Amino acid sequence: MKEILIRIDGKEVTAPAGSTILEIAKQQGISIPTLCHLDGLSDVGACRMCIVDVGGKIVTSCTTKITEGMEVITNSDRLAELRRLNLELIFAERNHVCSMCVSNNHCELQDLACDLGMQNVEVPYAYPRLSLDATHPRFIVDHNRCILCGRCVRVCAEVEGAHVWGIAGRGSEARVITELSVDWGDAQMCTDCGKCVEVCPTGAIVEKGKATAEMVKHPELVTTLKERREND
Amino acid sequence: MTKVRVATVWFSGCAGCHMSFLDLDELIIDLAERIEIVKSPIVDTKEFPENVDVTLIEGAVGNEEHIELLRKIRKRSKIVIALGDCAVTGNVPAMRNGIPVNEILEGVYGKERTTTGTIPSEVVPHLEDRVRPLHEVVPVDYFLHGCPPPAAVIGKALLALLDGKTPELTGRELKFG
Repeated sequence: MKEILIRIDGKEVTAPAGSTILEIAKQQGISIPTLCHLDGLSDVGACRMCIVDVGGKIVTSCTTKITEGMEVITNSDRLAELRRLNLELIFAERNHVCSMCVSNNHCELQDLACDLGMQNVEVPYAYPRLSLDATHPRFIVDHNRCILCGRCVRVCAEVEGAHVWGIAGRGSEARVITELSVDWGDAQMCTDCGKCVEVCPTGAIVEKGKATAEMVKHPELVTTLKERREND
Repeated sequence: MTKVRVATVWFSGCAGCHMSFLDLDELIIDLAERIEIVKSPIVDTKEFPENVDVTLIEGAVGNEEHIELLRKIRKRSKIVIALGDCAVTGNVPAMRNGIPVNEILEGVYGKERTTTGTIPSEVVPHLEDRVRPLHEVVPVDYFLHGCPPPAAVIGKALLALLDGKTPELTGRELKFG
């Protein structure tokens, strides 16, 4: 495969054509914050946390493929500021009440707020009134905690092949839906596999019967499953 | 040595942050030699005093009295600290946002809940339409996360301030919940 030369944080690196900036950064041990990315699923650039600077232009590193001579900066004051603002917007858009959440202490959003040193949310909180759907016998989707990363949509389509999850609506009205917005319990395509639960980075899709801080997820299972299939 | 004048205030919250503050154990003895608690739910002062060095506020802004008092506190305090998730984010008290206040009062004090069905309207302050974190009303200097913030985090922040330094809280010390 054709090798391409790029410069990432001042260091010259060669990598196969078709690689994304995020992949190269990981190989080089450079840490870039992500939320919607999961190894094993396709990348869609939904959360905007993995932004990097390519010649002054801000792009999502998970969806931007490397090109010859590309100059990438993964960390700068401007990037840190934009990432933190983006994170604040994610927190402000829904009702992330960590103290009352089943995913407390096991949440990728909560962890990211620690990692990025978010002191408070400067943008006004939206505090929307949102529903939850507990019609499925084993699982719950709580829109208060959804960050619209779309991992549930991708794992269901790409790994399980059931295509139950989708996203309806635009902007702040966007919601994850099951089938054509039927109650999850009525979704006939759902195989009850629970992959959407494991990959959901927050407490939005969870198992029933969990109390605060009891929901521990294993998104890496999906990564392993995908790798095994590809190697067979 | 003049003692540093510290106040602690309780808005819409559960008192858990104050419990965590008291949970400083023997550090309280060291602190007591360096600070004077000039106003707190645990001391008997009615009016919020002038010239306070550090005020720690637990709870979100939920009613008209909180707003008035918070503005007064800001004017009279050199440093204002949001103590815990309710003060920093709104947290649990803000879960009522979006429900009309009269529906909440009816749901709590109405005929279905109490024998008289009388909704309190005198002496108690009116609830705001929206519960807000402190910084949406006045500027806040420092934020202590957690529900409640661990005693160690409160202690670290206070000791830093007493030494004239900026509290440097990082990683899990910034965890919400």
